[in-house]
Amino acid sequence: MKSFIAKAAAAVIVLFARAVTAVRAIWPEEGLPSRPCVYFANHSSHGDFVLVWAVLPPRLRHQARPVAGAEYWLKSPLNRFIGSDVFNAVLIERERDKRTEDPIAQMASAIDAGSSLILFPEGTRNQSEAPLLPFKSGIFHLVTARPDIDLVPVWINNLNRVMPKGEIVPIPLICTVTFGSALQFGPGETKDAFLERMRSALLALSPKPAGSGE
Amino acid sequence: MSAASSDLLTLVAGIFGVLILASAIGYVLQQRLSPTGSNASIENLNARIKAWWIMVVLIGIAFVAGRIGVLILFGFCSFAALREFVTLINTRRADHWALAAAFFVVVPLQYYLLWAEQYGIFSIFIPVYAFLLMPIISVLRGDTERFLIRIAEVQWALMICVFCASHVPALLTLNIPGYEGRNVLLIAFLVIVVQLSDVLQYVWGKLFGRTKIAPKLSPSKTVEGFVGGVISATLIGAALWWITPFTPVQAGLLAFVITLMGFFGGLVMSAIKRDRGIKDWGNLIEGHGGLIDRLDSVVFSAPIFFHIVRYWWSL
Repeated sequence: MKSFIAKAAAAVIVLFARAVTAVRAIWPEEGLPSRPCVYFANHSSHGDFVLVWAVLPPRLRHQARPVAGAEYWLKSPLNRFIGSDVFNAVLIERERDKRTEDPIAQMASAIDAGSSLILFPEGTRNQSEAPLLPFKSGIFHLVTARPDIDLVPVWINNLNRVMPKGEIVPIPLICTVTFGSALQFGPGETKDAFLERMRSALLALSPKPAGSGE
Repeated sequence: MSAASSDLLTLVAGIFGVLILASAIGYVLQQRLSPTGSNASIENLNARIKAWWIMVVLIGIAFVAGRIGVLILFGFCSFAALREFVTLINTRRADHWALAAAFFVVVPLQYYLLWAEQYGIFSIFIPVYAFLLMPIISVLRGDTERFLIRIAEVQWALMICVFCASHVPALLTLNIPGYEGRNVLLIAFLVIVVQLSDVLQYVWGKLFGRTKIAPKLSPSKTVEGFVGGVISATLIGAALWWITPFTPVQAGLLAFVITLMGFFGGLVMSAIKRDRGIKDWGNLIEGHGGLIDRLDSVVFSAPIFFHIVRYWWSL
C-alpha cells in the first residue's frame, strides 16, 4: 500500500515538475551509459534531483537514487516519505562529528547493489552569483573506492529562477537538463586535478547567459 | 444541422484535404530526395506537417467543445507563450511575486473576463491595471537594479502573450446582426489566413526567393516570398468570404490587413530573438520551435482584426 502511494506521489511530483518547467533533456550523442553510473549536477534548488529524475528514461530512472542530506529529508514525516519512500534517496549525514554512518560507504554499497546516484558535489545549494561553487571532496573519495564508475555531468538550467530559496510559489519557466559524455577517474590523478576536471566538464554544459548577443 | 456547423464541417473537410495533400507531397519528397533522412529541410518540412495535424485536431476539439473549449485552449496558449517569453527576459528575485501574479492571476482573470463577457474591463485590465500594479508589487522588495528594464519587459510579455493573444477568442463576444452563433468561424478565418500566409510566404520563398527582405532580422524571408504569400493569402481570404459576415471584397481587404500585420509581427518577434541570441522561442512544437514562433503573426493581427470587425460590423 505504502509503495503504491509512493509510486503515485512520484508520478504526481514528476507531472507537476513537467507542467511548470516544460523540462527538456539534451543528451550526449552517444547516449547515457546503461550500467550504473554517477550523475553529478549543479545544485540551486530542492527540485534539482526531481528534474534529473523526471527526464531520465524510465529504465535508467528506476535505478537512479539521489544522494541527499539526512538532516533535511528526515526533518518531518512528509519529508521522510518523499525522501526515502518516493525517491529512495541515499540519505547521508552532512555534519561530520554527528555521523553514525560513513557516507562514502553508503554510496558505494548503493552502486554495488546496481543503483545509479544523482550527486550534487557542491554539497549545498548555490545561492551566490557564481555559476558553480567549488566541489566538495566526497565525489573524489567515492571514485577512489569505485574507480571504474562512469561519471556523467548534468547541467540543470533555470530551476533556480523557478523557485529561489525561501519562495513558496514556483514561477513557470522553461528548464533544460543537459547531460554530458561520461567521464572516468584517471589513474594516479590527484584530488585537486580530478575535482577541477569534473567541475570544468560540468561548467562546459552551462549555456551562455541570455541577452549576451551572438 | 445549423448553418454554422455545416459551414464548419465543410471547412474542416477542406483543411483535412489540404493536410492530406501536404503529407502526400512530404512523403514523395522524402522518398525521392531524403530516403535515409539526410536532407534536413525535408525532415523539417515533414515534422512541421505532422505538427500541423496535431494543431488542427486540437483547435477542432476546442471548436466542438464550444466557447469554453476555445477559452481554455487560448488560455493555455497564453500561459505557455508567457512561459517562453519570461524565460528569456531579465528578472530578479524581487520580481518573484509579480511574475507569480502574471501567471496565476492575470492570465486566468483575462480569460475569465471573456467568459463573463465583460468587454469594458477586459480591454483595459492589462494595459491599465496590470500596468500599474505589477511594478508596485516588484518595487515593494526594494531592488532597484535594472528596475525599468525589468518592469518594461514583464509588461511587454503580458501585452503580447496575454492581452493580444486573448483577442482571438474575444471574437466570440462580438454581436454581429445576421451572424449569430457563427462567431467561431471568425476565429477560423483569422487563424487560417494568418497561418496560410506564413506557410505560403515560406513556400513562395523556397521556390522563387532571390532578394532578402530583411537580412539583419530574418535571413530566410525574401521579397518574392512576401509578395507571393501576401497576394495568395489575400485571395484565399477573399475566397473564404462565405464563412464570414463580409462580402468577398471586404474579406479580401481584411485578409490583406491580417497578412501584413502578421508579417511585421514576425519581424518584430525575430528582432527580439536576435537580441537574445536565440533561434527559436522554445521546443514545444516539433519542427516549428516554440509556441511563440507559431503564434507571433496571429498575436499581431488579432487585436487589429478584432477592432475593425467590432467597429464596422458589431452592434
